[in-house]
Amino acid sequence: MAEIALKNIVKRFDSLVAVNNLNLRIKDKEFVVLLGPSGCGKTTTLRCISGLETPDEGKILINEEDVTNKRASQRDVAFVFQLYALYPHLTVYDNIAFPLLAQGLSKKRIRQEVDRAAQVLRIKHILNKKPRELSGGDMQRVALGRAIVRRPEVFLLDEPIGTLDAVFREEMRAELKKLHVDIGATTVYVTHDQVEAMSMGDRVVIMNLGVLQQVGTPHEVYNKPKNLFVANFIGSPGMNFINCKPSRGPRSKLVLGLSVVNATIAIPDEIQRTIIDKKKEEKDLVLGIRPENVMFSQKTKSNSLPARVCVVETMGSYNIIDVKLGDETIKVRTAPSIVPDIGETVSISFDPEGINIFDEETGDSVA
Amino acid sequence: MAIIANRKRRIGRWVLIIVLIVITFIYLIPFMYIINTAFKPWTGIKVYPPTVIFKPSIGSFIRIFTSRTVYPPGEVPTEEEISGMKWYERIVYKETNEEVVRLGDFPRRYLNSIIICSISTLITVILGTIAAYGFSRFNVRGKDDLLFFILSTRMLPPVVVVIPVFLMFRFLGLTDTHIGLILLYIAFNVSFAVWVLKGFIDEIPTEYEEAAMVDGYTRFQVFRKIVVPQATTGIAATAVFCFIFSWNEYAFAFLLSRKIAQTVPAWLPYQMGVLGYDWGAAAAGTFIFLLPAMVFTIILRKHLVRGITFGAIRK
Repeated sequence: MAEIALKNIVKRFDSLVAVNNLNLRIKDKEFVVLLGPSGCGKTTTLRCISGLETPDEGKILINEEDVTNKRASQRDVAFVFQLYALYPHLTVYDNIAFPLLAQGLSKKRIRQEVDRAAQVLRIKHILNKKPRELSGGDMQRVALGRAIVRRPEVFLLDEPIGTLDAVFREEMRAELKKLHVDIGATTVYVTHDQVEAMSMGDRVVIMNLGVLQQVGTPHEVYNKPKNLFVANFIGSPGMNFINCKPSRGPRSKLVLGLSVVNATIAIPDEIQRTIIDKKKEEKDLVLGIRPENVMFSQKTKSNSLPARVCVVETMGSYNIIDVKLGDETIKVRTAPSIVPDIGETVSISFDPEGINIFDEETGDSVA
Repeated sequence: MAIIANRKRRIGRWVLIIVLIVITFIYLIPFMYIINTAFKPWTGIKVYPPTVIFKPSIGSFIRIFTSRTVYPPGEVPTEEEISGMKWYERIVYKETNEEVVRLGDFPRRYLNSIIICSISTLITVILGTIAAYGFSRFNVRGKDDLLFFILSTRMLPPVVVVIPVFLMFRFLGLTDTHIGLILLYIAFNVSFAVWVLKGFIDEIPTEYEEAAMVDGYTRFQVFRKIVVPQATTGIAATAVFCFIFSWNEYAFAFLLSRKIAQTVPAWLPYQMGVLGYDWGAAAAGTFIFLLPAMVFTIILRKHLVRGITFGAIRK
């Protein structure tokens, strides 16, 4: 049982505000991923939870108990470092046994527990080796072993698989997820890799410049990004943005005027209502649309916008096609069979379900 | 062109090797002279020009370890007495016509050197490691000034500070005591130890310590179980340097000790015998005195080189 609550956390390093007024509640047994570009404060947040850093302001509660000023050793947390931090002068066995020694367990108990952890992580055959003799993947397993061996309530991982090669990373991802299910500890995972975040997290916390941007399930942050930063950061490639301005079209319906191509597009009734309700009718807005929600056709169609193909990237299971809509580059995701010529004029239209509207001034989501 | 460059490089290498041999030879002359003198028989020591090839004798070594007296004229031992002498007594008698009275002061002085240097080195390294860790890991207020202040204690030659130190020692009753010299050597070496060890500890990633703290250890336990084992190279190098410094220290030892706590360097020059100055005994004593430092240096050669260059290169 471990529920973590961060209340108004502020952490400064000299004049730099690494974490700015962060509020977050992590439920018991939840797998939460802190995601953001480097320097966004995600690692600092994790270190505050672990007790390696003390926040300048705010409180940290674990199971409703205020641990803000408790040392790392007094909190029941385990931390896996990006570069593993295996003690180089100890064998793998001693590395894993190290946290148990601190608890003063008997030799027999320690052996049992180390064996159990080694079993789970399939590292029994390397227990007598020194860390420098291990491969990156094995080091990672040992680091995880050292973390799980004492059955912590909170499991903190700082980009644990960031340095592994791509194939191995995928394997470890699945393994980590399974490990979370097996040990059932509340897990906070820091990464800058959105694929990791989306595939592993029950919830994803997106941060930028020390400020929390959005908390939500992977589905939420992908489909309903709260602001332009999240919309752009999540997804590969990110969301397309086109500046627009609402205006009254036929039958006084609200349409969006796209300045880049001097055309208007229709939007669903629901979005029209929201724009009116939020009094954004007069504002400059940004239309956001994901590459897979841009419909692409090599024939000229009515109700669609003409565009010119400039780059085609073949990704195997899909293609990413860059088209120029006026001066704006729009990325379109298509089936792999569609390979237009460079310079070809095509027509694109937007799936009404995939339309996101942001306020240009604040960057916040409108609808 | 390539051939010329290659040949130039080869010539350059040979020049370098020759220069190194010459320098090494120059450095080794005093040392070789001491070995040479130490093994010379009494009569060969003052021969001019000095001989390099001679029949070696351990007479000098026996003389440095013993107190002797000259047989008065007319009291020459009989053949029987000579054959009843111990082997070393016979060697002394045959070389200098002396009688061994008792064990000399050398072993006591040697023991003094060992006690004073070992204890001061041990304490210096412990203090130095802890201080260096503090300076390396914590935001000590005025850190740079403090570090400079620590270093500044090394900026004056011992002769400059010897008078105040002498007065302090007299006031505190530390003159000619083991503890006095131990304290003095600690004071001198700690600054060096802090600086060298700080360089080493700076190189140890803090992640290890953080990992251990999350694993449930206190800061001090982390220091003992993680930092110290990883800094052993630096600690060993520092220990050797401190040991050699106090082992060779002359000025303070000479002025602040007389009998009880006198170390070898302060005592060794006094090899005045009835027969004049005993250069052989002085050389033999010097040779034995040099051994620990030599052995130490050879064993820890690798650490020493690393110790000297460490911290010089910043990441």
